[in-house]
Amino acid sequence: MNQLLRFTTAGSVDDGKSTLIGRLLYDSKSIFEDQLEAVQASSSKKGFDYVDLSLLTDGLCSEREQGITIDVAYRYFATPKRKFIIADTPGHIQYTRNMVTGASTANLALILIDARKGLIEQTHRHSFIASLLKIPHIIVCVNKMDLVNFDEVVFEKIVQDYKAFSSKLEVSDIQFVPISALHGDNVVNRSEKMNWYQGATLLHMLENAHIESDYNHIDARFPVQYVIRPHTTEHQDFRGYAGRVAGGIFRNGDEVLILPSGFTSRIKSIQSGSHLVNEAFAPMSVVITLENELDISRGDMLCKPNNQPQLNQDVDLMLCWMNQRPVNINSKFVVRHTTLETRGILKEIQYKLDINTLQRMENVDKLVMNDIARVRIRTAKAIAFDSYRKNRITGSVILVDEGTNETVAAGMIV
Amino acid sequence: MNQYYLTHLQELEAEAIFVIREVVAQFERPALLFSGGKDSIVLAYLSRKAFYPARIPFPLVHIDTGHNFPETMEYRDWLVNELGVELVVGLVQETIDAGRVKEETGYYASRNALQTVTLLDTIEKYKFDAAMGGARRDEEKARAKERFFSHRDEFGQWDPKNQRPELWNLFNGRKHIGEHFRVFPISNWTEMDVWQYLFAENIPIPKLYYAHQREVIERDGVLLSTSPWLKLKPDEKPVIKRVRFRTCGDMPITGAVESEADTIEKIIDEVAASRKTERGTRADDKRGETAMEDRKKSGYF
Repeated sequence: MNQLLRFTTAGSVDDGKSTLIGRLLYDSKSIFEDQLEAVQASSSKKGFDYVDLSLLTDGLCSEREQGITIDVAYRYFATPKRKFIIADTPGHIQYTRNMVTGASTANLALILIDARKGLIEQTHRHSFIASLLKIPHIIVCVNKMDLVNFDEVVFEKIVQDYKAFSSKLEVSDIQFVPISALHGDNVVNRSEKMNWYQGATLLHMLENAHIESDYNHIDARFPVQYVIRPHTTEHQDFRGYAGRVAGGIFRNGDEVLILPSGFTSRIKSIQSGSHLVNEAFAPMSVVITLENELDISRGDMLCKPNNQPQLNQDVDLMLCWMNQRPVNINSKFVVRHTTLETRGILKEIQYKLDINTLQRMENVDKLVMNDIARVRIRTAKAIAFDSYRKNRITGSVILVDEGTNETVAAGMIV
Repeated sequence: MNQYYLTHLQELEAEAIFVIREVVAQFERPALLFSGGKDSIVLAYLSRKAFYPARIPFPLVHIDTGHNFPETMEYRDWLVNELGVELVVGLVQETIDAGRVKEETGYYASRNALQTVTLLDTIEKYKFDAAMGGARRDEEKARAKERFFSHRDEFGQWDPKNQRPELWNLFNGRKHIGEHFRVFPISNWTEMDVWQYLFAENIPIPKLYYAHQREVIERDGVLLSTSPWLKLKPDEKPVIKRVRFRTCGDMPITGAVESEADTIEKIIDEVAASRKTERGTRADDKRGETAMEDRKKSGYF
């Protein structure tokens, strides 16, 4: 059976991102006849003498009128090896907000660079966001190689420049591939025009990226999502804790500690649907029953006595502000962390980051849309968390406006 | 040494179950919109898994246009009994009788658009605050931008330019009184995933999906089943063909494909080899390039 790989694409307006996605879908035979016919018709209507594959990813009519993409769109394709979910994010206005959204669930980021232009400000920005969101794998696609005569020197220069720049980032797995999305070189099929390139095609990289360790399988964390009590004669005393494993491995008989209460018990059974299983790991959705009857509810967390998350009301975050309305110190919010909802207050803005230069700006008292800042919040209830670096599930929060109910910020716990 | 990773189907299942449980935890009156189609069938079975051994803690809601395939109705009643779940029916006929909508006439008459009003009325009548549906992002370009938790204003409308950002698996279901949410737990599934899952879990589906003999006409390149609600043009002559349906909408607008696939394995092979999208056989999506986007904005499924 094959696995699921989620990746995000980031690029600026004209670097051929839509064409690349269209090419992946087309060459992997994920495009249907009626979709292709529609795109052929639109291409000739626009007077193009080739099929504009970028039209395959065109979305809503309001976008087509303006020729832009307004939001994250999700695309799907599969090969015999893997199923892929693409979070396609636009490169222009509101880029940070959309990129952060697309990146939050991704295993891998595709960064596009126009071979003629080399690294530009947006390359830095996209790479920084990928590193901030701890996307484990990055593939840098040097696109439009056809426009630089498929020149190895151009490619090598960009690789060296990127390596020099990315040494400041926290990404361990970076690969590079020279492509032409328009003509299909090294996307799905090997290029005949770049014999100097000995590496894999883009699709081969996507099919073989090592994603097995992307989830944390060390630190056992189980946020309780819902308590199942059937109240039937057959299951009179059944009390099960439903949830999705956020980290580590839980086995039958394991001793568990419940936070915030601090009670301990042992796992009596683990159920997946109507099947009993011996162990559960991230990202499985299961139901756990315990030996003892304890008062446990949504928002509590099961962990192991010898490996506990932090339990604290003061939380340091890298925060991405996503709302039109700016925010000041002492503003209050609803805070959502795993299955817990509580209230919180913005206590302190330590510094704001210029995401193009990575310079820190201190003495900031408000944040505007697309700002990224290191902040401290204080929550009404203590939350059981890990650093985002250790666990992307127990290390992330969103802030919700109490008046409008909008999601206004995303936070990565430091 | 055990392998600590899931297959793509297991991961999609775990994600969908998480979303369904999140709905029950965050809302007071959730419901599952059930059409009788394969996507809502998968949703119903996922719901059973999500709360086992308890019963599904929300009703199935069927918006009945009165133009359903008899096989769909038979399956619906069987499933409700099988799962031991409550059924709520909203009748489009009642909306018509109340003068709230006007029945379309002519050769292309359909009750598809009328359903939106009945759906919103039913949501209001039962005070549902979250309606789960089996829509998938791969179905249609307007759906590609949907959230798992999709906010609807007090008029039931969708505003694609003003959606809440959705990060990680932290779903924000907070709302004001009178507003509701549409939730799509199988957003990330494709048509192929749904078929593979039905096969892997051995889930029964309506007979319509399997190849069978049926009286059909061909109109605009689509095979439509004859029925009391399909007005034939003078030159349209019904013929018997061996067909199956890839989707399960209203009889007058759901196109059939010629097929010999009479088992799920054969259907999977056929889907894999197919060169046309499943909605390519739906007359409701052919009413213009933005048909789905327009309907979604006004509160459609």
